[in-house]
Amino acid sequence: MTAKQLAKKIQSQFKTITSDAIEFRGEFTVGILDSNQISEVCCFAKEELAFDYLVDLCTIDNDDETPRWTVVYHMYSYKHFQHLRLKVSVSEEESKLPSVTSVWRTANWHEREAFDMMGIEFIGHPDLRRILMWEGYPYYPLRKDFPLAGKSSEMPDVAFTDPIPLEGGPFVTTSGGQDSADREPRSRTPE
Amino acid sequence: MAEVRNIEISDSAVRSAEAIDELQDLQGEKMTLNMGPSHPATHGVLRLSLELDGEIITKADPEIGYLHRGDEKIAENMTYNQFIPYTDRLDYLAPLANNVAYALAVEKLLGVEGELPERCKYIRVICCELARISAHLLGLGAFAMDVGALTVFLHTFNEREKIYNLIEALTGARFTTTYTRIGGLSRDLPEGWTGELGKFTKEVSVAIEEADKLLTRNKIFIDRTKGVGVISRDEAIDFGLTGPNLRGSNIEYDLRKAHPYLVYDQLDFDIPYGEVGDCYDRYLIRMEEMRQSVRILDQCITKLPNGPVNIDDGKIVLPKKQKVLSSMEELIHQFMLVTQGQNAPVGEVYFGAENPKGELGFYIFSKGGGVPYRMKIRAPSFVNLSILSHMLPGHMMSDIVAILGSLDFVMGECDR
Amino acid sequence: MNTTEIGYNSKIEGNVVHTRLDTAVSWFRKNSIWPMPMGLACCGIELMAAGASRYDISRFGSEVMRFSPRQSDVMIVAGTVTYKMAMAVRRIYEQMPEPKWVIAMGACASSGGMYRSYATLQGVDRILPVDVYVSGCPPRPEALLEALMKLQDKISKEPHITDKKPARDRGLVLS
Repeated sequence: MTAKQLAKKIQSQFKTITSDAIEFRGEFTVGILDSNQISEVCCFAKEELAFDYLVDLCTIDNDDETPRWTVVYHMYSYKHFQHLRLKVSVSEEESKLPSVTSVWRTANWHEREAFDMMGIEFIGHPDLRRILMWEGYPYYPLRKDFPLAGKSSEMPDVAFTDPIPLEGGPFVTTSGGQDSADREPRSRTPE
Repeated sequence: MAEVRNIEISDSAVRSAEAIDELQDLQGEKMTLNMGPSHPATHGVLRLSLELDGEIITKADPEIGYLHRGDEKIAENMTYNQFIPYTDRLDYLAPLANNVAYALAVEKLLGVEGELPERCKYIRVICCELARISAHLLGLGAFAMDVGALTVFLHTFNEREKIYNLIEALTGARFTTTYTRIGGLSRDLPEGWTGELGKFTKEVSVAIEEADKLLTRNKIFIDRTKGVGVISRDEAIDFGLTGPNLRGSNIEYDLRKAHPYLVYDQLDFDIPYGEVGDCYDRYLIRMEEMRQSVRILDQCITKLPNGPVNIDDGKIVLPKKQKVLSSMEELIHQFMLVTQGQNAPVGEVYFGAENPKGELGFYIFSKGGGVPYRMKIRAPSFVNLSILSHMLPGHMMSDIVAILGSLDFVMGECDR
Repeated sequence: MNTTEIGYNSKIEGNVVHTRLDTAVSWFRKNSIWPMPMGLACCGIELMAAGASRYDISRFGSEVMRFSPRQSDVMIVAGTVTYKMAMAVRRIYEQMPEPKWVIAMGACASSGGMYRSYATLQGVDRILPVDVYVSGCPPRPEALLEALMKLQDKISKEPHITDKKPARDRGLVLS
């Protein structure tokens, strides 16, 4: 079966909470509108459609847009040899999502990294703690409001951080500019 | 008169009964051992908190992040070409393969992967396979050294020095090459390089056979690796393993055959896969993969076509310097590419390539412009390591080294 | 090495060389520097290559790469030091016995390198006193060997015996 047919099967099973599959560069993305049911959708995908391999679990910070977080699940099926992507939006007030560790055990570490970098909690995760930064680090580094230079923190005997000297920050163009004037390289450090 | 003293010696049964009574107090105490971040046998900075019951491990908790350098946040502040040096340092044993995987991901986003010239594709395949041989040589050398066979390490490093000579002639650096660019390569092959490569493939075949003779039928090596670290087929898929770790568990899957990229569909090679899924199987798979890589290299040398190595599009590849200094259009292209980068469309793309360690994937979410809005690096070593807390309990302390060596991970990639 | 030859017949009495004690101690120390390799990232691979057979580091006296800090003389910090790893590096440095030196190998160890981000310590000299900095990303093994030779020069110039207060006056020994 092709990815398009598999996406249609998910849509027909979960009519109310899925949006149409978008195709870009040969890849299909299905949007899930209710973040509380993501675990059921993933379970259906694994059991019925043979998506037995979770390739990646990624989180995106949509900065000023609401809902703020988007969680992206890349799935692959060893039976059909097809990729499929699921996207879920989570609002900032909620910042919680059911965990899919019971579906794919590899999601364990991916969700820990998402929690560490973005601060999204996963309900039902067996062991949700920081993985790349240390326990007790007070910030979530990959958020858009966290500067590249970092902020200072101090945990005696464990670790310390200092903001690094960026001298005005990387002078690089912004993403999403409409025309050349918007995309002019500017200093990145916020005033 | 001499004093006589009576000494009572209980017989052995009574003595052993007394000893067991003392032992009962000690049993049930588990020891916590910290195999810390700086350790010769953990390949890189990995910390294992182990709970031991005598020699048997009851709980294992790997702690990573000691080499987390913030690559993904840096990627949000760099144009696509500026990020290439950071990709070198992900899997720093095979930097050319990372460069190729990243370039292919961005080219997929831009939609120009079909326009790559044939010569560029063949050279990229040569780079990937050279990187694969280099990474496996070091992985096997370090694995053998940890298990006890020190000679193999020196032999494999000798061969790696020959690879370094080739790569230095090609790119200018021994490793950390930064060789590919979006839309092509930074420079073409130097003269006589394919002849040197042909000589090298013959020498490395000899070296692989030597390492084979030293290890494959070595009783001590077999005893230390057979039956150790078994990963079943379902576990391998469920934990998301890729690369030789996945193929060790009786799954014949390789991205180069299942979803061919570059020119792998025109080349003739086999995919080795194991039966049991223990450390010995993974070792044999890596040895065989090196032999297949040599086969691919020989085919590429004969099939390498002539032609350009870059896409002929001024909006993606920097134009020639002579044109830039004399023609207006090229000057504008140069200016836009250097200051603003390639203008990627709005959208998201995922591309996974078969790296020596597994599937290295780049997920790029772009809102337009020359800088990605979000780049996620799907590192194979990160996922391969997650199986440790499940696999280690039940093994003995001395098996840890064999298991870590056979999983063959790199912390630069795991922590990014 | 500064030597003076006193008139005696070396064929009868054997090879004896007279020199200052300081110089002799320097000579012993600089020709048998045992490194503690803190191979953290890519520079660690070049460190291993420097120890392999092509660029043999044991020619210079660094015969054993002792992974035990208690038995080593120089700590070669090779690779990016992150804030998470910084305390571990400091603790290992404190476990090394005197005299000890530090070589910061590579751009990341010297100054944070190209990783200007929230998680990278901008140079290991923020937590350790560094004697020799090696530039390069990664530095060639020959550069590391030159750094080792520079360290040997530095050791030969350090006063080891003369002009030092006894240990108890420096607060090192509780009497």
